[in-house]
Amino acid sequence: MNADKVLDAKGLACPMPIVKTRKEMKTMNTGEILEVQATDKGALKDFQAWAKSSGHELLGTNESDDVLTFHIQKG
Amino acid sequence: MSEQKKTNIILFSGDYDKAMAAYIIANGAAAYDHEVTIFHTFWGLNALRKDEPIQAKKNLLEKAFGKIMPRGPEKMGLSNMNFMGIGPKLIKKVMKKHNAMPLSDLIEMAEEQDINLVACTMTMDLLGLDKAEMRETSEYAGVAAYLAEAEDGGVNMFI
Repeated sequence: MNADKVLDAKGLACPMPIVKTRKEMKTMNTGEILEVQATDKGALKDFQAWAKSSGHELLGTNESDDVLTFHIQKG
Repeated sequence: MSEQKKTNIILFSGDYDKAMAAYIIANGAAAYDHEVTIFHTFWGLNALRKDEPIQAKKNLLEKAFGKIMPRGPEKMGLSNMNFMGIGPKLIKKVMKKHNAMPLSDLIEMAEEQDINLVACTMTMDLLGLDKAEMRETSEYAGVAAYLAEAEDGGVNMFI
């Protein structure tokens, strides 16, 4: 999947992945896709919930080698 | 998106771990685009204290209170397993290993995210805390200000 921006949130603990993602999202335009990489295990549920509540769309989630990769489209 | 939601937290506790929980929730709520307010009262006020000693006009009892209470977030103790101050040192070591943010960083993050940090003036008087001792970002209010925020708030908690 092609992302317009990539955010490396690996190694960051709760609540930083979401805080940084929101910050990054603010700089983007509607329809653009942000890729976020995180290692916080709570991120899986966190990103699903956050995207839903903030009006963005979580296009997909990937997990490999303990790294979670999210693709979120700005709504 | 619907109208802006609100999160209001009363931080009564002056324990490091409890204050951490409050500030993590607050920062998370700000990332949810909530308007977030933390009302600091009683021992929770110490989270807003600057860590350096500040000269303020105080009576003997107020001076004593100021000495006994933790000056700033990093001097707070744990609600459990404090072990006379060894507990906080241990937990901060573990936090570093897991990349968890120390309380003082969480407070700075809260300021960056425009979270309202409110100090209860009545309890400041009781504990003899002066505005000069508090973080510059602190706002000052009473119970009515909290209720005004809380009555139409989505998330409300007391820690």
